[in-house]
Amino acid sequence: MSANNSEENLSGSQNRRITWDGCSVLLDINDGDRVLFARLTAGSKIKIGDKNCSLLPLIGCPFGSSFQVEVGAEGPFLAPLIPNAQGNGLSEKTDDQTMEECRDNRALVDNNTAQSLTGEDIDGMRRKGATGDEIVQALIANSATFEKKTAFSQEKYRIKKQKKYAPRVLLRRPFARSICEAYFKKHAEKIGFLRVDTLSLLPSLANVTAHSNVLVFDMLEGIVTGSVAERMGGTGYVCNPYCGTTPLPISIVRMFNFSDETCKRILSASLTELQPSDGENSTSGDQLVDECNIKEQQNKDTVSSSAKDLFNMEEISTTNMETDNNVAASPKCAKTVKAGEKAPSETIKHWKEHGFSSLIIAAPNLDAWDIAKDLVPLLSYSAPFVIYHQYLQPLATCMHNLQSNKMAINLQVSEPWLREYQVLPSRTHPHMQMSSSGGYLLSGTRISSSDQN
Amino acid sequence: MLPTDSTKTLSFNRCITEGDLVIVYERHDVMKAVQVSEKGVLQNRFGMFKHSDWIGKPFGSKIFSSKGGFVYLLAPTPELWTLVLSHRTQILYIADISFVVMYLEIVPGCVVLESGTGSGSLSTSLARAVAPHGHVYTFDFHEQRAASAREDFERIGLSSLVTVGVRDIQGEGFPDEFLGRADSVFLDLPQPWLAIPSAAKMLQQDGVLCSFSPCIEQVQRSCETLKSSFTDIRTFEILLHTYEVREGHLPSWQDGDGVLASLKGCKKRQRSTNGQENSRPQTVLARRMGETRGHTGYLTFARLNCIR
Repeated sequence: MSANNSEENLSGSQNRRITWDGCSVLLDINDGDRVLFARLTAGSKIKIGDKNCSLLPLIGCPFGSSFQVEVGAEGPFLAPLIPNAQGNGLSEKTDDQTMEECRDNRALVDNNTAQSLTGEDIDGMRRKGATGDEIVQALIANSATFEKKTAFSQEKYRIKKQKKYAPRVLLRRPFARSICEAYFKKHAEKIGFLRVDTLSLLPSLANVTAHSNVLVFDMLEGIVTGSVAERMGGTGYVCNPYCGTTPLPISIVRMFNFSDETCKRILSASLTELQPSDGENSTSGDQLVDECNIKEQQNKDTVSSSAKDLFNMEEISTTNMETDNNVAASPKCAKTVKAGEKAPSETIKHWKEHGFSSLIIAAPNLDAWDIAKDLVPLLSYSAPFVIYHQYLQPLATCMHNLQSNKMAINLQVSEPWLREYQVLPSRTHPHMQMSSSGGYLLSGTRISSSDQN
Repeated sequence: MLPTDSTKTLSFNRCITEGDLVIVYERHDVMKAVQVSEKGVLQNRFGMFKHSDWIGKPFGSKIFSSKGGFVYLLAPTPELWTLVLSHRTQILYIADISFVVMYLEIVPGCVVLESGTGSGSLSTSLARAVAPHGHVYTFDFHEQRAASAREDFERIGLSSLVTVGVRDIQGEGFPDEFLGRADSVFLDLPQPWLAIPSAAKMLQQDGVLCSFSPCIEQVQRSCETLKSSFTDIRTFEILLHTYEVREGHLPSWQDGDGVLASLKGCKKRQRSTNGQENSRPQTVLARRMGETRGHTGYLTFARLNCIR
């Protein structure tokens, strides 16, 4: 029964629901205020506010569990948070909220005199072993204006104090969705301003599924490669083409916790290796080499800065992370397979013989047509492709050229639009801030340019 | 539709055979799904096409009719299927579908529960995402629609990945056999809050639920109900704006003929009358299409609370 198979697959690292030593995790601090990646090892730590806590208590816990920063005898630490104990203080308040709210803020003056507890009082409480929640309660009790606030306002106040004095950490599994959102929020330029809804359209429009052979030109540090590999479940192949001699960096792929089987199917190959050797479809060899050298120089400039920035993004203050940069996902096992190895010649031969089943190009700072004219011919006929760009014009030009050269049909330039809502009783409305652009997509299907009868 | 092993993937070497489903492409907004048979014939405005001419040709081929018109034969994909399937109910389109599959964290091997099945548009993409070893269990309370969906999945070769059940999920909840087994649950129901408690019992820890509702009142009520067992509750709307792209020439305001022509809304190439060079620089122009879909529905996602 296929359901039993899925249970077996669950024990594969991709679907594991409990953390393990060496796994990559996403830490969500204070309900999305701050999100960062970490690798769970005995020595790894996290800094929240001014407190440094060890991540050791998080190993062996289910994804989705929460922790709260507490201060103990040996310093700050992360204590497991049991959701039932917290209750949803909110649900107790729903009765208040459905009644008419008669309070308002006409008498409230914001002059910083309402709170009678001082910073020293709070430190004193901590030294006596008060929990974060107890401190929040004390702050509320000592606020002269708290009772005068509206119910909504009281809730906001309580949440604000809790975030400062009892910050919470939520342990999340890294998936394409969460990785993309974390990067888009903080370092959007590293992933070429690719928003999560745009990213979600790539594997759909390119029909990525098990047993596919997907050609992915990824200049976004590997986030597209990772999200494609995630949808193939250790079957098929993902090929990252490159010009010249150096594959592009795909460091984000390491965050996905991929199994060895998946990693060994993420390969790289040079354009000259992938193109037909008799040169019938390509431009002349010399011209190609010159173009490639230019691209390679651009790539080199981006490689070194991106490696350093990855550490900043991950914010780990342990040496383990620095040595990990050149080593595969799990530090324990020296034989672990690394994603992005050069493709063996039999695999390249297979791709040349059958063509790729789809193509994704994500090069938001390069000319789209320039890349498409070389890579679209490597696709099987009727194979879908999708090109992501942060600007509209290069895609419009590329679409026009594909049409006039009769290389593709079903061409479409589109722009996804995403809006998030706050849904609360009597307070439902779209978020006050939103992303105005997630980039543009050109999708189409390859056809043979020669007429057939 | 989906390759069951590497030999069935799209390839230069894989040709159309009897029994295959092909998508006949006339234009980007005129397409049709056709089952290939030895004696079959397709009639359209371009003329008559014999299926026998198609057999043995690769997918993506250009096929001419008796009258000289042509169409393309494409391999079916969930995206193309969504555009050609028969609408028994309002369907979900690619923007919502793609976002749902990513946000529900569906990967190969997952078990997904869905209700209602409707016309099977989303189910097809769910099947693609869970293949080869996962499964989609989809339920609809309308017996005939469930049967039509079952037939469709049979036709497109997805019956091993999708099981259709007839059940009133709002009234009865999901069947007990799925308790704690679902990685993700998708609800497209008029009163999803009635199904949410059952969905919570079906989900694995940290599993994700999605509810699709056209009206904000439904969303508000669903979010209220979600608060007791779920966390990370987020509501979105997503649209896909399409662009029209054409080649054209934008004349200079000093070019008298050009200005006159543009006032008349003439898009044809200008022919000069005073000895200037005939070929005007053409640029590629892009702009959004006029009227577009403004709303499909709100997507509310939530993660099952972790209880230790």
